[in-house]
Amino acid sequence: MSAPVTPKVRLATVWLDGCSGCHMSLLDTDERLIELAKRVTVVWGPLVDLKEFPAEVDVTLVEGAISSEEDLHRIKMVRARTKLLVSLGDCAVTGNVPAMRNKFGASAVLRRAYLENVTLDPQIPREIIPALLPSVRPVHEAVPVDLFIPGCPPSADLIFSVLSGLLEGKVSNPAAKFG
Amino acid sequence: MTKATVRVKTLTIDGREVGAREDQTILEVARENDIFIPTLCDLPGLTTVGACRLCLIELKGSPRLLPACVTRVAEGMEVFANSERLDRYRRGIMELLFAERNHVCSVCVVNGHCDLQSLALKLGMTHVHFPYQYPSLPVDASHERFVVDHNRCILCTRCVRVCDEIEGAHTWDVMARGVECRVITDLAQPWGKSESCTGCGKCVQVCPTGALSEKGKSVAEMSKRRQFLPYLTLMREGRK
Repeated sequence: MSAPVTPKVRLATVWLDGCSGCHMSLLDTDERLIELAKRVTVVWGPLVDLKEFPAEVDVTLVEGAISSEEDLHRIKMVRARTKLLVSLGDCAVTGNVPAMRNKFGASAVLRRAYLENVTLDPQIPREIIPALLPSVRPVHEAVPVDLFIPGCPPSADLIFSVLSGLLEGKVSNPAAKFG
Repeated sequence: MTKATVRVKTLTIDGREVGAREDQTILEVARENDIFIPTLCDLPGLTTVGACRLCLIELKGSPRLLPACVTRVAEGMEVFANSERLDRYRRGIMELLFAERNHVCSVCVVNGHCDLQSLALKLGMTHVHFPYQYPSLPVDASHERFVVDHNRCILCTRCVRVCDEIEGAHTWDVMARGVECRVITDLAQPWGKSESCTGCGKCVQVCPTGALSEKGKSVAEMSKRRQFLPYLTLMREGRK
């Protein structure tokens, strides 16, 4: 009767500079999430109420590019505390749409958003909001990445197949197109 | 029937014995025998230029790799079109193409219908190992019906060749070198001001990426029609 006691895989998901579409796609795995939940503990994610990224995480899925000092700080901490780091989606893998600001530079983008297009009390925020890096970079340009799942967003089926593979110890990059 | 004196050569590609006419290239023979060699600049019906280097092959006895599209067959050649080393180089070339300009597939007009995108998948490119350059490149939408987006150009020169060889207008050409290299219309004038352009749109259809597209098409809405090319080529040749 008793199920074999295998410790659950400690899974984290991180949301950096992306639109959350990759997280939405993960949720789109629908009822298969119940299957995953039997074998996985979500120890960190946009909806997990913890103050700090936990230690000894088995797998972390990273959505989004590295755009701010905060992103850079967080990805370094995530990398140090994660066994297997997965770039999830085109922003993490290529920089994608967030990196389209690189041709203009961070200050031009801030000027456009907070000064030129604002009529009431225009000002560039300097507190609370983390400073933008001069250039948006894909995750693997900041820290080593173990697995790449391309797509904007990667389909729910693709994410599920990679996750199921990982749970069976298969670490291999999926064949899927960018975009 | 008209070329009765063409000799036949025999060679091997990936260990397979194949026969070829002496005026054929390794790429043509490989294609006839369903042996895959990746290409981007090549397009049957246009002259070959060896620009993209994706068709590099190994030739026994040669210390260097050779581009299959511009290498003629010879008797007894031992060609290797697929190997781990070639895979590595081809992926490297693809990654350099992606790193060099702003190929943002997710917001591209040909997303899902792009030669560059589909070849990256076929060659197993998981990510780009080189630092992305994110250059600042212009988009010229001055033409009434078409747009050129230099961010997505891989400098294959298909547009230059089809305009010169098939349409006969030679509106397109290439300017400058290295990372400064661009395709241009007339003498680097806005496309809409071009006096030589006939507006035929062949360049748009043969372009392998979203660099040339029709106006009014949004993300993933454009796919290229190239069926006309073999017929036009045939007609041109028939009149010579």
